[in-house]
Amino acid sequence: MNDTRTIALITSVLALLTVATAAGQYLRRHPDRGLDPAAVRTFNLRLRGWWILCTVLAAAFWLGTTATVVLFGLVSFWALREFITLTPTRKGDHRALFWVFFLFTPLHYVLVGLNRYDVFSVFLPVYATLFVLARVAFAGDYKRFLERTAKIQAGLVVCVYCLSFAPALLQLPLAGAGTADRGANFRLLFFLILLVQFADCMQYLWSRMLGQRLVAPAVSSNRTWEGLLGSATSTALLAAALWWAAPPFQPWQAALAGLVVGVMGFAGGMTMSAIKRDRGVKDYGTLVVGHGGVLDRIDSMCFAAPVFYHITLLITGVRPG
Amino acid sequence: MPLMLSPADTATRRVPDAPVVRASGRSAFCRAAGLSLAALARLLAGASVRWIASQPDTCQRVYFANHTSHLDALIVWSSLPQPVREVTRPVAAKDYWTRGIVRRWLAQEVFDAILIDRTDIKVHQSPVDMMLREAGTTHSLIVFPEGSRSVTGEIGEFKSGLYYLAKKRADIELVPVHIDNLNRVLPRGEFLPVPLLSCISFGPPLWLERGEPKLDFLARARQAVLALKE
Repeated sequence: MNDTRTIALITSVLALLTVATAAGQYLRRHPDRGLDPAAVRTFNLRLRGWWILCTVLAAAFWLGTTATVVLFGLVSFWALREFITLTPTRKGDHRALFWVFFLFTPLHYVLVGLNRYDVFSVFLPVYATLFVLARVAFAGDYKRFLERTAKIQAGLVVCVYCLSFAPALLQLPLAGAGTADRGANFRLLFFLILLVQFADCMQYLWSRMLGQRLVAPAVSSNRTWEGLLGSATSTALLAAALWWAAPPFQPWQAALAGLVVGVMGFAGGMTMSAIKRDRGVKDYGTLVVGHGGVLDRIDSMCFAAPVFYHITLLITGVRPG
Repeated sequence: MPLMLSPADTATRRVPDAPVVRASGRSAFCRAAGLSLAALARLLAGASVRWIASQPDTCQRVYFANHTSHLDALIVWSSLPQPVREVTRPVAAKDYWTRGIVRRWLAQEVFDAILIDRTDIKVHQSPVDMMLREAGTTHSLIVFPEGSRSVTGEIGEFKSGLYYLAKKRADIELVPVHIDNLNRVLPRGEFLPVPLLSCISFGPPLWLERGEPKLDFLARARQAVLALKE
């Protein structure tokens, strides 16, 4: 990780965070600037969450690939427990859930860590699905059978399977077979995380500034078509500007990736919003102050990661494994 | 001590540095086991703790909660801050907690539980008398007035023990506790837990009003637990 491009990328992010923190503290000390104090407080809390995120990520990156895979595994585990907590299950699902939490989720991340793309790409969507269906049937409670198994499956796919494509980026042989340029892989993952976070902010900003047409008022009262377009374009522009940081990309390819990350992140937010609306809650949990739950923070990432991963495969032509 | 106290008085009734006297004198190993089990249980059950119009305190209290899972007593106990936990003893069923060496060791040495014989209740040795004798003047208790774990998840009618506790010791604060979602972590009849997130809410203390009929008091206490649901 000792190359100039990694250092440049990390420095720019740290500089950006520092400037934002300074601005946030200035606004807090000068409440007469005509800004809503509640909005400033939310902004500062969000910044604190990002500092925590950056510190944890930096520590994991520094420790290496395995530590990063483990970190994402823990995040998946926590997101899944938030997901299932909010989803009504019946007693007949209990044993299926036990294996989902303590066997399938850890084993999937072990496969990711071992770089077994051929196995981990089908392990959860096929084998875990078959297991859950059969185990719930064996438990003998047939009430709303498809609905219950679909909930568990959706949780597994979104919280575990999709998210795991982010650390799987670290395993791609980007610099050609046999070359150990881990810096390139870390930059690619960092690039994805940066784009996802940026797209989230841009969506919020564009919706606040220009938002007119709500996508689905019943699902989300602040996600607008303007927010979607604005976030996708801004993210594409940022990605193009940062193309030098993402190893396999040309500027237009980086822009395409940014566009897709913007759209997928938006879709992830909408999806989780719909689930939360159905359950009548606002946030999924209370782990990081001001950031709702873990699932609230990673919903965009869950949707963007697999698509970003496969775009990288398509563009670069590298084969995983 | 007056019979009735308004909740506003409770703030002034803080007992600073209550003397911690363990009757059983637990060994360091058992204390460490208790600490790590409490940490493990809280991690596993993802318990978030809320104090609603209420504060943790080492004064003598009876925590009464809805009963949904075998983990209930452990989670409520581990949700209390360390100094309060030191003076708090769960009340548990003797027939369940003396079966097998591990359970007996946990109940007697680690949690210092007060074990009540559900099958052999005598007039001169009523469970309430026994609880109060074991509690002495320093210990707080954790009780489950429903008597047994709820099957449906609804909170059942309270048994009269809580009323007699309140009647015999009017100075003890009765703190309602609501346990949410723990029945999904470890439901009745299961032995493998699913690590969902649970929520433990402590409410404002209540007391038996002068001349309050038993059924009214029990209904009010049950309502106090229900009110913590949201």
